[in-house]
Amino acid sequence: MNLARSIERPVEELGRFFEIFWRVLLWTPRRPYDVRQLLRQMVRVGVDSVPVILLTAMFTGAVLALQSFAVLARFNAEGFVGSLVALSLVLELSPVIGGLIIAGRVGSSMGAEIGTMRVTEQIDALEVMATDPVHYLMVPRVWAMVVMLPMLVLLGDAIGMLGGYLVSVVLMGANPVVYLESTFRYMDLWDLTQGLIKAGFFGLLVGVIGCQRGYFTTGGAEGVGRSTTQAVVAASIAILISDFFLTKLMTWLTPLVTG
Amino acid sequence: MMEGNERPVEVSLQGVSKRFGDLVVLDGLDLDVHAGESMVVIGGSGTGKSVMLKHVIGLMRPDAGRVLVDGVDLCELGNRELTRFRRRFGMAFQEGALFDSMTVADNVGFSLRRLTDMSGAQVRERVEECLRSVRLEGTGDKMPAELSGGMRRRVGFARAIAHEPEILLFDEPTTGLDPVITALVDEVILDLTTGNRTTAITITHDMASAFRIADRIGLLCGGRIVAMAPPEEFRNLDDARVQQFINGAAEGPLTDPRETPGCGPPMDAVLAAEERTP
Repeated sequence: MNLARSIERPVEELGRFFEIFWRVLLWTPRRPYDVRQLLRQMVRVGVDSVPVILLTAMFTGAVLALQSFAVLARFNAEGFVGSLVALSLVLELSPVIGGLIIAGRVGSSMGAEIGTMRVTEQIDALEVMATDPVHYLMVPRVWAMVVMLPMLVLLGDAIGMLGGYLVSVVLMGANPVVYLESTFRYMDLWDLTQGLIKAGFFGLLVGVIGCQRGYFTTGGAEGVGRSTTQAVVAASIAILISDFFLTKLMTWLTPLVTG
Repeated sequence: MMEGNERPVEVSLQGVSKRFGDLVVLDGLDLDVHAGESMVVIGGSGTGKSVMLKHVIGLMRPDAGRVLVDGVDLCELGNRELTRFRRRFGMAFQEGALFDSMTVADNVGFSLRRLTDMSGAQVRERVEECLRSVRLEGTGDKMPAELSGGMRRRVGFARAIAHEPEILLFDEPTTGLDPVITALVDEVILDLTTGNRTTAITITHDMASAFRIADRIGLLCGGRIVAMAPPEEFRNLDDARVQQFINGAAEGPLTDPRETPGCGPPMDAVLAAEERTP
């Protein structure tokens, strides 16, 4: 009984995820195109998240440099700190940490906003006014996430490397020219692209899960609270699990892309 | 203009049943509403009035039975056709259900901007006209959170009528409003439905209001319409349930679950069930 229940729930949620995702795809090309709504969501998701991304990326890069120095010093390989910091950031840390931060900041607010609209009959009101809630609410939110998260991650990449540079050069006394040279020596465009593809996918996850949790909210104010929490938890888990498979896919693609 | 029952049937519920889990809310409900008619359905809290209304506009689909609007079976429409079909409806929700991220004017003009090619100026003009008809002129720039409950309700009203729908649905339009505003709301409904311009289905438990605005009144009880008559006749119907409802008596068939299951308490179960179904 309990086992059946504990399998049933995730499967049901997965089904709902694909239902919402499918409906978002279906409604995307349909008129009317609400460009204003899309831009507004891009500002909310992207521009408004810049400070928190700057802060987290800066410290991620800084701490990464600090740790790398400690570890690489054991092999007398301090010259590779720049490469290690840059590649770790670009391939892995910047997309994942950025995704998690955005899941907490934006996924939760989507869950709460759409959930509140559900329990106060605003979703019904939309439907009654011949407006599909998926079309009106979710299409702009999901695509804003897909576009803006890679942008934020790109910004995070740059700021993270700056953090690593500051720690290495100012704190650890590395040679600035050597450090910069090491940063870019082993990194190519494909590395950067992989991270951004991941970020776009995480954006999709956060957007769809946030909308989905909100849309299926039941049970008043308490239900909205539950949806908000679940949006963050589910999106974070989805990011970490899918990251593994995306990484596997990317390493498989790498020889094909780089030739 | 045709008279009385000769007018064509616009909305027809045929044998509509709906259950939430074990709880039967609608049980083979039949209801015909003629074009241009003002139909009022009364019934106690939790008897399924809102559920019935949500079936009329396709927000809920029946477990059994059919919902016909101008001969079109709503259950046979796909999501997209249903969405398009809903342009013919306007619905005012119980608590207003205003979009709280938009100003009053944007709320009222929502369907105009999305569904018509009216210019910005035309929309503004129509919005002001609608707000005037509910005596809220000049509140267009306010946000819903700044309004009182009664005002929000009236904005919801203005929003429902903005695109001049053929069929208006009112979910408890006067519940909790003071007598003056109630009279005003009744007047707006009367104004819209006289001259056979608009078909209206109102659910309420406010008897005074029901008698004022109805062409016919139906009593919903046990998942069906158990009594149906024009107001004058309805008042004198020889039906214990009708008389209990009109007189507001605590004792009677409506509150005796043995005689009429599903008419009175337990209402909590119904409300909880409605809540569970998005």
